[in-house]
Amino acid sequence: MKRTDQVTRQKRLLGWAADAALILYFVFALFPIAWMVILSLKPTNQLFSTYFSFSPTLDGYRTVLGDSEGIPFVRFFVNSLVVSVGAVVLSLLVGLPAAYASARWRFKGSENLMFTLLSFRFAPELTVIIPLFVLYQKLGLFDTYVGMVWVLQLVTLPLIVWIMRSYFADLTPELEQAALLDGYTRKQAFVRVALPLVKPGVAAVSLLAFIFAWNNFVFPLILTSNEAQTVTVGALSFLGGDRPKYNLTAAAALVSVVPPLLLALTIQRYLVRGLSFGAVKS
Amino acid sequence: MGWRLALRPYVLIVPALLLTCGILYPFGLGLYYTLFDFSASKPQPDMVRFENYETVFTQEAFWNSAWVTVLYAVGAAAVETVLGVAVALLLHRSSMVGRVLEKILILPLMIAPVIAAIIWKLMLQPSVGVINYLLRPFGLGGVQWTDTPTGALLSSIAVDVWVYTPFVAILALAGLRSLPASPFEAAAVDGAGWWYTFRRLTLPMLWPYVLVAVIFRFMDSLKVFDIIYALTEGGPGDSTVVLQIRAYLEAIRFQRYSFGISYTIVLWAVVYLAAMVLVKHLGKIQRKAAEVAAK
Repeated sequence: MKRTDQVTRQKRLLGWAADAALILYFVFALFPIAWMVILSLKPTNQLFSTYFSFSPTLDGYRTVLGDSEGIPFVRFFVNSLVVSVGAVVLSLLVGLPAAYASARWRFKGSENLMFTLLSFRFAPELTVIIPLFVLYQKLGLFDTYVGMVWVLQLVTLPLIVWIMRSYFADLTPELEQAALLDGYTRKQAFVRVALPLVKPGVAAVSLLAFIFAWNNFVFPLILTSNEAQTVTVGALSFLGGDRPKYNLTAAAALVSVVPPLLLALTIQRYLVRGLSFGAVKS
Repeated sequence: MGWRLALRPYVLIVPALLLTCGILYPFGLGLYYTLFDFSASKPQPDMVRFENYETVFTQEAFWNSAWVTVLYAVGAAAVETVLGVAVALLLHRSSMVGRVLEKILILPLMIAPVIAAIIWKLMLQPSVGVINYLLRPFGLGGVQWTDTPTGALLSSIAVDVWVYTPFVAILALAGLRSLPASPFEAAAVDGAGWWYTFRRLTLPMLWPYVLVAVIFRFMDSLKVFDIIYALTEGGPGDSTVVLQIRAYLEAIRFQRYSFGISYTIVLWAVVYLAAMVLVKHLGKIQRKAAEVAAK
Protein backbone atom coordinates (compact mmCIF):
# COMPACT_ATOMS: atom_id res chain seq x y z
CA MET A 1 0.00 0.00 0.00
CA LYS A 2 2.69 2.39 1.06
CA ARG A 3 4.71 1.82 -2.13
CA THR A 4 1.81 2.69 -4.44
CA ASP A 5 1.21 5.81 -2.37
CA GLN A 6 4.76 6.85 -2.93
CA VAL A 7 4.54 6.13 -6.64
CA THR A 8 1.40 8.22 -7.10
CA ARG A 9 2.96 11.02 -5.11
CA GLN A 10 6.05 10.92 -7.30
CA LYS A 11 3.86 10.92 -10.40
CA ARG A 12 1.91 13.90 -9.17
CA LEU A 13 5.08 15.83 -8.42
CA LEU A 14 6.40 15.05 -11.90
CA GLY A 15 3.11 16.23 -13.36
CA TRP A 16 3.44 19.53 -11.53
CA ALA A 17 7.02 19.92 -12.70
CA ALA A 18 5.90 19.29 -16.29
CA ASP A 19 3.09 21.86 -15.99
CA ALA A 20 5.51 24.35 -14.48
CA ALA A 21 7.95 23.85 -17.36
CA LEU A 22 5.12 24.35 -19.86
CA ILE A 23 3.97 27.52 -18.16
CA LEU A 24 7.54 28.82 -18.20
CA TYR A 25 7.74 28.29 -21.97
CA PHE A 26 4.42 30.00 -22.52
CA VAL A 27 5.52 32.99 -20.47
CA PHE A 28 8.46 33.26 -22.87
CA ALA A 29 6.06 32.89 -25.82
CA LEU A 30 3.40 35.33 -24.65
CA PHE A 31 5.22 37.94 -22.61
CA PRO A 32 6.52 39.88 -25.65
CA ILE A 33 2.97 40.28 -26.99
CA ALA A 34 1.66 41.36 -23.58
CA TRP A 35 4.56 43.76 -23.17
CA MET A 36 3.78 45.38 -26.52
CA VAL A 37 0.22 45.98 -25.32
CA ILE A 38 1.57 47.70 -22.20
CA LEU A 39 4.13 49.71 -24.15
CA SER A 40 1.58 50.81 -26.75
CA LEU A 41 -0.70 52.18 -24.03
CA LYS A 42 2.03 54.28 -22.39
CA PRO A 43 1.86 58.05 -22.63
CA THR A 44 4.95 59.50 -24.33
CA ASN A 45 6.24 61.21 -21.19
CA GLN A 46 6.21 57.96 -19.18
CA LEU A 47 8.04 55.88 -21.80
CA PHE A 48 11.38 55.74 -20.05
CA SER A 49 10.35 55.59 -16.41
CA THR A 50 7.79 53.60 -14.40
CA TYR A 51 7.76 50.20 -16.03
CA PHE A 52 4.55 48.51 -15.00
CA SER A 53 2.59 51.32 -13.39
CA PHE A 54 1.48 54.16 -15.66
CA SER A 55 -1.65 55.92 -16.82
CA PRO A 56 -2.79 54.04 -19.95
CA THR A 57 -3.80 56.10 -22.96
CA LEU A 58 -4.91 55.36 -26.50
CA ASP A 59 -2.91 58.32 -27.84
CA GLY A 60 -0.32 56.01 -29.38
CA TYR A 61 -2.96 54.30 -31.49
CA ARG A 62 -4.54 57.65 -32.39
CA THR A 63 -1.19 58.92 -33.66
CA VAL A 64 -0.40 55.76 -35.61
CA LEU A 65 -3.85 55.48 -37.20
CA GLY A 66 -4.13 59.23 -37.72
CA ASP A 67 -1.01 59.47 -39.91
CA SER A 68 0.34 62.16 -37.57
CA GLU A 69 3.93 61.00 -37.79
CA GLY A 70 3.89 61.45 -41.57
CA ILE A 71 3.56 57.68 -42.03
CA PRO A 72 0.29 56.75 -43.77
CA PHE A 73 -0.18 53.60 -41.73
CA VAL A 74 -3.85 53.08 -42.51
CA ARG A 75 -3.06 53.08 -46.21
CA PHE A 76 -0.29 50.54 -45.66
CA PHE A 77 -2.82 48.40 -43.79
CA VAL A 78 -5.29 48.60 -46.69
CA ASN A 79 -2.46 47.83 -49.13
CA SER A 80 -1.61 44.70 -47.15
CA LEU A 81 -5.25 43.60 -47.32
CA VAL A 82 -5.49 44.21 -51.07
CA VAL A 83 -2.27 42.48 -52.11
CA SER A 84 -2.69 39.53 -49.72
CA VAL A 85 -6.27 38.85 -50.79
CA GLY A 86 -5.27 39.35 -54.42
CA ALA A 87 -2.42 36.88 -54.15
CA VAL A 88 -4.59 34.26 -52.44
CA VAL A 89 -7.43 34.57 -54.98
CA LEU A 90 -5.05 34.29 -57.92
CA SER A 91 -3.26 31.33 -56.33
CA LEU A 92 -6.56 29.55 -55.73
CA LEU A 93 -7.68 30.09 -59.32
CA VAL A 94 -4.57 28.50 -60.80
CA GLY A 95 -3.54 26.35 -57.85
CA LEU A 96 -6.73 24.32 -57.26
CA PRO A 97 -6.83 22.83 -60.79
CA ALA A 98 -3.10 22.12 -60.62
CA ALA A 99 -3.42 20.42 -57.22
CA TYR A 100 -6.39 18.39 -58.45
CA ALA A 101 -4.60 17.29 -61.61
CA SER A 102 -1.48 16.23 -59.76
CA ALA A 103 -3.47 14.30 -57.14
CA ARG A 104 -5.69 12.49 -59.67
CA TRP A 105 -3.36 11.57 -62.51
CA ARG A 106 0.12 10.18 -62.62
CA PHE A 107 1.46 11.72 -65.78
CA LYS A 108 4.82 12.22 -67.36
CA GLY A 109 6.90 14.66 -65.36
CA SER A 110 4.22 15.21 -62.71
CA GLU A 111 6.57 14.69 -59.79
CA ASN A 112 9.20 16.94 -61.34
CA LEU A 113 6.70 19.69 -62.01
CA MET A 114 5.43 19.52 -58.46
CA PHE A 115 8.93 19.51 -57.06
CA THR A 116 9.80 22.56 -59.15
CA LEU A 117 6.81 24.34 -57.63
CA LEU A 118 7.87 23.41 -54.11
CA SER A 119 11.53 24.18 -54.68
CA PHE A 120 10.67 27.89 -54.83
CA ARG A 121 10.06 27.66 -51.13
CA PHE A 122 13.75 26.99 -50.69
CA ALA A 123 15.12 29.67 -53.01
CA PRO A 124 16.56 32.75 -51.28
CA GLU A 125 14.04 35.51 -51.96
CA LEU A 126 16.67 38.00 -53.05
CA THR A 127 17.72 35.76 -55.95
CA VAL A 128 14.52 36.69 -57.78
CA ILE A 129 13.80 40.02 -56.15
CA ILE A 130 16.90 41.81 -57.37
CA PRO A 131 16.26 40.96 -61.05
CA LEU A 132 12.58 41.73 -60.47
CA PHE A 133 13.57 45.10 -59.01
CA VAL A 134 15.38 45.93 -62.25
CA LEU A 135 12.60 44.42 -64.39
CA TYR A 136 9.74 46.07 -62.47
CA GLN A 137 11.26 49.49 -62.94
CA LYS A 138 11.43 48.93 -66.69
CA LEU A 139 7.88 47.52 -66.88
CA GLY A 140 6.31 50.07 -64.55
CA LEU A 141 5.31 47.38 -62.05
CA PHE A 142 7.49 48.83 -59.28
CA ASP A 143 5.39 49.98 -56.30
CA THR A 144 2.10 48.70 -57.77
CA TYR A 145 -0.57 46.26 -56.56
CA VAL A 146 -0.17 44.11 -59.68
CA GLY A 147 3.55 43.78 -59.12
CA MET A 148 3.09 42.79 -55.49
CA VAL A 149 0.28 40.29 -56.17
CA TRP A 150 2.34 38.66 -58.88
CA VAL A 151 5.45 38.25 -56.77
CA LEU A 152 3.53 37.06 -53.69
CA GLN A 153 2.66 33.96 -55.72
CA LEU A 154 6.09 32.74 -54.69
CA VAL A 155 4.72 32.47 -51.16
CA THR A 156 1.07 31.52 -51.68
CA LEU A 157 1.02 29.26 -54.74
CA PRO A 158 3.34 26.45 -53.57
CA LEU A 159 1.57 26.39 -50.20
CA ILE A 160 -1.89 26.10 -51.77
CA VAL A 161 -0.88 23.51 -54.37
CA TRP A 162 0.93 21.28 -51.90
CA ILE A 163 -1.65 21.29 -49.15
CA MET A 164 -4.65 21.02 -51.50
CA ARG A 165 -2.96 18.17 -53.31
CA SER A 166 -3.06 16.05 -50.18
CA TYR A 167 -6.69 17.02 -49.54
CA PHE A 168 -7.64 15.91 -53.08
CA ALA A 169 -5.59 12.74 -52.75
CA ASP A 170 -7.61 11.80 -49.65
CA LEU A 171 -10.86 11.85 -51.65
CA THR A 172 -11.76 8.53 -53.26
CA PRO A 173 -11.99 8.86 -57.05
CA GLU A 174 -15.18 6.75 -56.99
CA LEU A 175 -17.20 9.77 -55.97
CA GLU A 176 -16.38 11.61 -59.16
CA GLN A 177 -16.70 8.44 -61.22
CA ALA A 178 -20.24 8.03 -59.92
CA ALA A 179 -20.91 11.61 -60.92
CA LEU A 180 -19.55 10.91 -64.40
CA LEU A 181 -21.90 7.92 -64.72
CA ASP A 182 -24.76 10.23 -63.75
CA GLY A 183 -23.95 12.22 -66.88
CA TYR A 184 -21.81 14.96 -65.34
CA THR A 185 -18.88 16.22 -67.38
CA ARG A 186 -15.41 16.07 -65.85
CA LYS A 187 -15.53 19.77 -65.12
CA GLN A 188 -18.91 19.47 -63.43
CA ALA A 189 -17.65 16.52 -61.37
CA PHE A 190 -14.76 18.64 -60.18
CA VAL A 191 -16.78 21.76 -59.43
CA ARG A 192 -19.90 20.08 -57.98
CA VAL A 193 -18.51 16.95 -56.31
CA ALA A 194 -14.82 17.19 -55.52
CA LEU A 195 -14.57 20.89 -54.70
CA PRO A 196 -17.41 21.02 -52.13
CA LEU A 197 -15.87 18.07 -50.29
CA VAL A 198 -12.56 19.84 -49.80
CA LYS A 199 -14.15 23.16 -48.91
CA PRO A 200 -12.87 23.14 -45.31
CA GLY A 201 -9.39 22.52 -46.67
CA VAL A 202 -9.70 25.36 -49.14
CA ALA A 203 -10.83 27.71 -46.37
CA ALA A 204 -7.96 26.73 -44.06
CA VAL A 205 -5.27 26.89 -46.70
CA SER A 206 -6.53 30.23 -48.01
CA LEU A 207 -6.29 31.76 -44.57
CA LEU A 208 -2.86 30.25 -44.00
CA ALA A 209 -1.68 31.60 -47.36
CA PHE A 210 -3.22 34.98 -46.52
CA ILE A 211 -1.26 35.11 -43.25
CA PHE A 212 1.99 34.20 -45.01
CA ALA A 213 1.42 36.86 -47.66
CA TRP A 214 0.46 39.43 -45.04
CA ASN A 215 3.58 38.67 -43.00
CA ASN A 216 5.99 38.92 -45.91
CA PHE A 217 8.55 41.63 -45.55
CA VAL A 218 11.27 41.36 -48.15
CA PHE A 219 9.05 41.66 -51.26
CA PRO A 220 7.41 44.93 -50.26
CA LEU A 221 10.69 46.23 -48.83
CA ILE A 222 12.40 46.08 -52.21
CA LEU A 223 9.56 46.16 -54.73
CA THR A 224 7.49 49.01 -53.28
CA SER A 225 8.36 52.46 -52.06
CA ASN A 226 5.22 54.27 -50.99
CA GLU A 227 2.06 53.62 -53.01
CA ALA A 228 1.88 49.86 -52.52
CA GLN A 229 3.90 49.55 -49.31
CA THR A 230 2.54 47.15 -46.70
CA VAL A 231 2.26 47.17 -42.91
CA THR A 232 5.32 45.04 -42.25
CA VAL A 233 7.55 47.64 -43.89
CA GLY A 234 5.41 50.47 -42.55
CA ALA A 235 5.72 49.32 -38.94
CA LEU A 236 9.49 49.37 -39.22
CA SER A 237 9.54 53.02 -40.27
CA PHE A 238 8.31 54.05 -36.79
CA LEU A 239 11.67 52.93 -35.43
CA GLY A 240 13.47 55.53 -37.53
CA GLY A 241 13.74 59.23 -36.74
CA ASP A 242 15.94 61.03 -34.24
CA ARG A 243 13.82 60.40 -31.15
CA PRO A 244 12.56 56.83 -31.12
CA LYS A 245 8.91 56.67 -30.08
CA TYR A 246 8.61 53.24 -28.57
CA ASN A 247 4.92 53.52 -27.78
CA LEU A 248 4.12 54.33 -31.42
CA THR A 249 6.32 51.48 -32.66
CA ALA A 250 4.55 49.10 -30.28
CA ALA A 251 1.13 50.32 -31.38
CA ALA A 252 2.05 49.96 -35.07
CA ALA A 253 3.47 46.47 -34.47
CA LEU A 254 0.30 45.41 -32.67
CA VAL A 255 -2.07 46.83 -35.29
CA SER A 256 -0.14 44.99 -37.98
CA VAL A 257 -0.42 41.63 -36.20
CA VAL A 258 -4.15 41.89 -35.44
CA PRO A 259 -5.39 40.18 -38.64
CA PRO A 260 -3.07 37.15 -38.48
CA LEU A 261 -3.56 36.71 -34.74
CA LEU A 262 -7.36 36.97 -34.96
CA LEU A 263 -7.44 34.45 -37.81
CA ALA A 264 -5.08 32.14 -35.94
CA LEU A 265 -7.26 32.17 -32.82
CA THR A 266 -10.49 31.50 -34.74
CA ILE A 267 -9.29 28.70 -36.95
CA GLN A 268 -6.42 27.45 -34.78
CA ARG A 269 -7.22 23.75 -35.28
CA TYR A 270 -7.31 23.94 -39.07
CA LEU A 271 -4.14 26.01 -39.24
CA VAL A 272 -2.26 23.46 -37.17
CA ARG A 273 -3.56 20.70 -39.45
CA GLY A 274 -2.57 22.69 -42.53
CA LEU A 275 0.89 23.46 -41.22
CA SER A 276 1.72 19.90 -40.27
CA PHE A 277 0.04 18.53 -43.41
CA GLY A 278 1.98 20.81 -45.71
CA ALA A 279 5.27 19.94 -44.09
CA VAL A 280 4.93 16.25 -43.38
CA LYS A 281 3.27 15.17 -46.59
CA SER A 282 5.85 16.84 -48.77
CA MET B 1 -10.27 11.34 -78.16
CA GLY B 2 -7.41 9.71 -76.24
CA TRP B 3 -5.00 12.56 -76.76
CA ARG B 4 -7.39 15.01 -75.16
CA LEU B 5 -7.55 12.83 -72.07
CA ALA B 6 -3.76 12.58 -71.93
CA LEU B 7 -3.43 16.33 -72.22
CA ARG B 8 -5.96 17.18 -69.54
CA PRO B 9 -3.62 17.20 -66.52
CA TYR B 10 -1.20 19.42 -68.38
CA VAL B 11 -3.97 21.84 -69.31
CA LEU B 12 -4.96 22.05 -65.64
CA ILE B 13 -1.40 22.68 -64.53
CA VAL B 14 -0.40 25.15 -67.24
CA PRO B 15 -1.83 28.28 -65.57
CA ALA B 16 0.08 27.52 -62.36
CA LEU B 17 3.20 26.86 -64.38
CA LEU B 18 2.85 30.06 -66.37
CA LEU B 19 2.64 32.03 -63.16
CA THR B 20 5.64 30.13 -61.86
CA CYS B 21 7.55 30.87 -65.05
CA GLY B 22 6.84 34.51 -64.41
CA ILE B 23 9.07 33.93 -61.41
CA LEU B 24 11.47 31.57 -63.15
CA TYR B 25 12.19 34.20 -65.78
CA PRO B 26 13.70 36.70 -63.33
CA PHE B 27 15.65 33.84 -61.80
CA GLY B 28 17.20 33.06 -65.19
CA LEU B 29 17.64 36.74 -65.84
CA GLY B 30 19.48 37.10 -62.53
CA LEU B 31 21.73 34.19 -63.41
CA TYR B 32 22.49 35.91 -66.71
CA TYR B 33 23.15 39.26 -65.01
CA THR B 34 25.86 37.70 -62.85
CA LEU B 35 27.99 37.23 -65.98
CA PHE B 36 28.13 41.03 -66.43
CA ASP B 37 29.38 43.88 -64.30
CA PHE B 38 25.88 45.33 -64.18
CA SER B 39 25.48 48.15 -61.64
CA ALA B 40 23.78 51.53 -61.34
CA SER B 41 27.02 53.28 -62.28
CA LYS B 42 27.44 51.03 -65.32
CA PRO B 43 24.14 50.73 -67.16
CA GLN B 44 25.95 49.48 -70.31
CA PRO B 45 27.68 46.50 -68.73
CA ASP B 46 30.52 44.43 -70.14
CA MET B 47 30.54 40.68 -70.12
CA VAL B 48 32.86 39.56 -67.33
CA ARG B 49 31.98 35.83 -67.30
CA PHE B 50 32.68 34.37 -63.89
CA GLU B 51 34.56 37.32 -62.48
CA ASN B 52 31.74 38.14 -60.05
CA TYR B 53 31.90 34.67 -58.57
CA GLU B 54 35.69 34.81 -58.40
CA THR B 55 35.41 38.06 -56.47
CA VAL B 56 32.81 36.54 -54.17
CA PHE B 57 34.94 33.57 -53.25
CA THR B 58 38.17 35.50 -52.82
CA GLN B 59 36.53 38.14 -50.64
CA GLU B 60 37.00 37.87 -46.91
CA ALA B 61 33.58 39.45 -46.47
CA PHE B 62 31.96 36.46 -48.15
CA TRP B 63 33.60 33.91 -45.89
CA ASN B 64 32.70 35.98 -42.86
CA SER B 65 29.07 36.10 -44.03
CA ALA B 66 29.06 32.37 -44.77
CA TRP B 67 30.39 31.65 -41.27
CA VAL B 68 27.84 33.91 -39.61
CA THR B 69 25.05 32.34 -41.67
CA VAL B 70 26.06 28.81 -40.67
CA LEU B 71 26.37 29.78 -37.00
CA TYR B 72 22.93 31.36 -37.11
CA ALA B 73 21.25 28.48 -38.95
CA VAL B 74 22.80 25.72 -36.85
CA GLY B 75 22.18 27.60 -33.61
CA ALA B 76 18.58 28.48 -34.38
CA ALA B 77 17.66 25.05 -35.77
CA ALA B 78 19.31 23.23 -32.84
CA VAL B 79 17.63 25.26 -30.10
CA GLU B 80 14.26 25.15 -31.88
CA THR B 81 14.46 21.39 -32.27
CA VAL B 82 15.31 20.65 -28.63
CA LEU B 83 12.87 23.20 -27.24
CA GLY B 84 10.11 22.33 -29.72
CA VAL B 85 10.30 18.60 -29.06
CA ALA B 86 10.35 19.24 -25.30
CA VAL B 87 7.24 21.42 -25.55
CA ALA B 88 5.53 18.78 -27.72
CA LEU B 89 6.33 16.01 -25.22
CA LEU B 90 5.00 18.11 -22.34
CA LEU B 91 1.82 18.93 -24.26
CA HIS B 92 1.38 15.29 -25.26
CA ARG B 93 0.96 14.38 -21.58
CA SER B 94 -2.29 16.28 -21.93
CA SER B 95 -2.87 17.81 -18.52
CA MET B 96 -5.52 20.48 -17.97
CA VAL B 97 -2.86 23.18 -18.18
CA GLY B 98 -1.48 21.67 -21.38
CA ARG B 99 -4.87 21.56 -23.10
CA VAL B 100 -5.45 25.24 -22.40
CA LEU B 101 -1.95 26.32 -23.45
CA GLU B 102 -1.91 24.18 -26.60
CA LYS B 103 -4.56 26.40 -28.16
CA ILE B 104 -2.27 29.43 -28.09
CA LEU B 105 0.91 27.62 -29.08
CA ILE B 106 0.59 28.88 -32.65
CA LEU B 107 0.46 32.60 -31.82
CA PRO B 108 4.14 33.65 -32.15
CA LEU B 109 4.31 31.72 -35.43
CA MET B 110 1.56 33.92 -36.85
CA ILE B 111 3.46 37.13 -36.16
CA ALA B 112 5.58 38.39 -39.05
CA PRO B 113 9.26 37.72 -38.25
CA VAL B 114 10.07 41.36 -38.93
CA ILE B 115 7.44 42.46 -36.40
CA ALA B 116 8.83 39.92 -33.93
CA ALA B 117 12.25 41.48 -34.41
CA ILE B 118 10.80 44.95 -33.80
CA ILE B 119 9.12 43.70 -30.61
CA TRP B 120 12.34 42.16 -29.32
CA LYS B 121 14.36 45.18 -30.31
CA LEU B 122 12.17 47.31 -28.04
CA MET B 123 12.50 44.81 -25.21
CA LEU B 124 16.28 44.46 -25.59
CA GLN B 125 17.12 48.19 -25.48
CA PRO B 126 20.06 48.32 -23.02
CA SER B 127 18.91 51.24 -20.86
CA VAL B 128 15.15 51.43 -21.33
CA GLY B 129 14.23 47.87 -22.40
CA VAL B 130 12.14 45.66 -20.16
CA ILE B 131 14.55 42.70 -20.25
CA ASN B 132 17.36 44.57 -18.56
CA TYR B 133 14.80 46.05 -16.17
CA LEU B 134 13.77 42.53 -15.15
CA LEU B 135 17.40 41.41 -14.93
CA ARG B 136 18.46 44.31 -12.71
CA PRO B 137 17.61 42.57 -9.41
CA PHE B 138 20.04 39.83 -10.49
CA GLY B 139 22.81 42.34 -11.05
CA LEU B 140 22.59 42.09 -14.86
CA GLY B 141 20.94 45.38 -15.68
CA GLY B 142 23.35 46.72 -18.27
CA VAL B 143 23.71 44.03 -20.93
CA GLN B 144 24.34 45.54 -24.39
CA TRP B 145 22.19 42.96 -26.16
CA THR B 146 22.45 44.00 -29.79
CA ASP B 147 25.53 46.22 -29.54
CA THR B 148 28.17 43.53 -29.08
CA PRO B 149 29.01 40.98 -31.81
CA THR B 150 28.16 37.90 -29.74
CA GLY B 151 25.14 39.56 -28.17
CA ALA B 152 23.75 40.57 -31.57
CA LEU B 153 24.07 37.05 -32.96
CA LEU B 154 22.55 35.47 -29.85
CA SER B 155 19.73 38.03 -29.80
CA SER B 156 18.80 37.37 -33.42
CA ILE B 157 18.86 33.62 -32.79
CA ALA B 158 16.60 34.23 -29.78
CA VAL B 159 14.06 36.01 -31.99
CA ASP B 160 14.17 33.12 -34.48
CA VAL B 161 13.64 30.69 -31.59
CA TRP B 162 10.72 32.73 -30.30
CA VAL B 163 8.98 32.76 -33.69
CA TYR B 164 9.68 29.24 -34.93
CA THR B 165 9.82 26.93 -31.90
CA PRO B 166 6.02 26.51 -32.17
CA PHE B 167 6.51 25.23 -35.72
CA VAL B 168 8.75 22.40 -34.51
CA ALA B 169 6.44 21.77 -31.55
CA ILE B 170 3.37 21.51 -33.80
CA LEU B 171 5.02 19.03 -36.17
CA ALA B 172 6.42 16.97 -33.28
CA LEU B 173 3.02 16.96 -31.56
CA ALA B 174 1.31 15.82 -34.77
CA GLY B 175 3.95 13.10 -34.98
CA LEU B 176 3.48 11.98 -31.36
CA ARG B 177 -0.27 11.72 -31.86
CA SER B 178 0.10 9.54 -34.92
CA LEU B 179 2.49 6.98 -33.42
CA PRO B 180 1.09 3.43 -33.25
CA ALA B 181 -0.08 2.41 -29.78
CA SER B 182 0.93 -1.26 -29.76
CA PRO B 183 4.72 -0.89 -29.21
CA PHE B 184 4.00 1.30 -26.18
CA GLU B 185 1.45 -1.16 -24.79
CA ALA B 186 3.96 -3.99 -25.16
CA ALA B 187 6.63 -1.94 -23.39
CA ALA B 188 4.23 -1.13 -20.56
CA VAL B 189 3.40 -4.82 -20.12
CA ASP B 190 7.14 -5.54 -19.93
CA GLY B 191 7.41 -2.92 -17.22
CA ALA B 192 9.75 -0.66 -19.20
CA GLY B 193 10.58 2.65 -17.54
CA TRP B 194 9.87 6.10 -18.93
CA TRP B 195 13.42 6.76 -20.08
CA TYR B 196 13.76 3.39 -21.79
CA THR B 197 10.45 3.82 -23.62
CA PHE B 198 11.40 7.32 -24.67
CA ARG B 199 14.83 6.36 -26.01
CA ARG B 200 13.94 3.06 -27.63
CA LEU B 201 10.42 3.76 -28.92
CA THR B 202 9.27 7.38 -28.88
CA LEU B 203 12.40 9.03 -30.20
CA PRO B 204 13.22 6.67 -33.10
CA MET B 205 9.59 6.65 -34.31
CA LEU B 206 9.23 10.40 -33.86
CA TRP B 207 12.55 11.22 -35.51
CA PRO B 208 11.24 11.42 -39.12
CA TYR B 209 8.71 14.09 -38.08
CA VAL B 210 11.36 15.99 -36.17
CA LEU B 211 13.76 15.77 -39.08
CA VAL B 212 11.19 17.26 -41.45
CA ALA B 213 10.86 20.18 -39.06
CA VAL B 214 14.65 20.46 -38.81
CA ILE B 215 15.00 20.49 -42.60
CA PHE B 216 12.46 23.30 -42.91
CA ARG B 217 14.01 25.30 -40.09
CA PHE B 218 17.60 24.83 -41.23
CA MET B 219 16.83 25.77 -44.87
CA ASP B 220 14.84 28.80 -43.81
CA SER B 221 17.48 29.95 -41.34
CA LEU B 222 20.21 29.74 -43.98
CA LYS B 223 18.33 32.41 -45.91
CA VAL B 224 17.27 34.53 -42.95
CA PHE B 225 16.74 38.17 -43.83
CA ASP B 226 13.90 39.98 -42.09
CA ILE B 227 14.83 39.22 -38.48
CA ILE B 228 18.40 40.43 -38.94
CA TYR B 229 17.39 43.39 -41.08
CA ALA B 230 15.06 44.73 -38.41
CA LEU B 231 17.10 43.78 -35.35
CA THR B 232 20.72 44.58 -36.19
CA GLU B 233 20.97 45.42 -39.91
CA GLY B 234 24.04 43.19 -39.94
CA GLY B 235 25.87 45.04 -37.20
CA PRO B 236 27.70 45.79 -35.05
CA GLY B 237 30.48 45.77 -37.62
CA ASP B 238 30.01 42.69 -39.75
CA SER B 239 29.00 40.43 -36.88
CA THR B 240 25.50 39.54 -38.12
CA VAL B 241 25.85 40.11 -41.86
CA VAL B 242 24.30 36.87 -43.07
CA LEU B 243 24.45 36.10 -46.79
CA GLN B 244 21.06 37.54 -47.73
CA ILE B 245 21.85 40.75 -45.84
CA ARG B 246 25.18 41.01 -47.68
CA ALA B 247 23.40 40.44 -50.99
CA TYR B 248 20.90 43.16 -50.08
CA LEU B 249 23.62 45.62 -49.12
CA GLU B 250 25.59 44.97 -52.32
CA ALA B 251 22.66 44.95 -54.74
CA ILE B 252 20.21 47.46 -53.30
CA ARG B 253 22.21 49.72 -51.00
CA PHE B 254 25.39 49.96 -53.15
CA GLN B 255 23.52 49.17 -56.40
CA ARG B 256 26.06 46.62 -57.60
CA TYR B 257 23.27 44.47 -59.00
CA SER B 258 25.13 41.59 -60.58
CA PHE B 259 27.57 41.28 -57.71
CA GLY B 260 24.71 41.13 -55.21
CA ILE B 261 22.89 38.50 -57.24
CA SER B 262 25.99 36.28 -57.39
CA TYR B 263 25.86 36.18 -53.59
CA THR B 264 22.29 34.89 -53.66
CA ILE B 265 23.10 32.36 -56.39
CA VAL B 266 25.87 30.93 -54.22
CA LEU B 267 23.46 30.81 -51.27
CA TRP B 268 20.83 29.15 -53.45
CA ALA B 269 23.31 26.44 -54.45
CA VAL B 270 24.25 25.83 -50.82
CA VAL B 271 20.62 25.58 -49.70
CA TYR B 272 19.88 23.21 -52.57
CA LEU B 273 22.81 20.95 -51.69
CA ALA B 274 21.93 20.98 -47.99
CA ALA B 275 18.34 20.07 -48.89
CA MET B 276 19.50 17.12 -51.02
CA VAL B 277 21.73 15.73 -48.28
CA LEU B 278 19.07 16.14 -45.59
CA VAL B 279 16.28 14.62 -47.69
CA LYS B 280 18.44 11.60 -48.43
CA HIS B 281 19.11 11.23 -44.72
CA LEU B 282 15.37 11.57 -44.09
CA GLY B 283 14.69 8.48 -46.22
CA LYS B 284 17.09 6.42 -44.10
CA ILE B 285 15.54 7.65 -40.85
CA GLN B 286 12.03 6.90 -42.13
CA ARG B 287 12.95 3.30 -42.88
CA LYS B 288 14.45 2.91 -39.41
CA ALA B 289 11.30 4.35 -37.81
CA ALA B 290 9.13 1.91 -39.75
CA GLU B 291 11.22 -0.98 -38.40
CA VAL B 292 10.72 0.15 -34.80
CA ALA B 293 6.98 0.60 -35.34
CA ALA B 294 6.68 -2.90 -36.85
CA LYS B 295 8.35 -4.63 -33.89
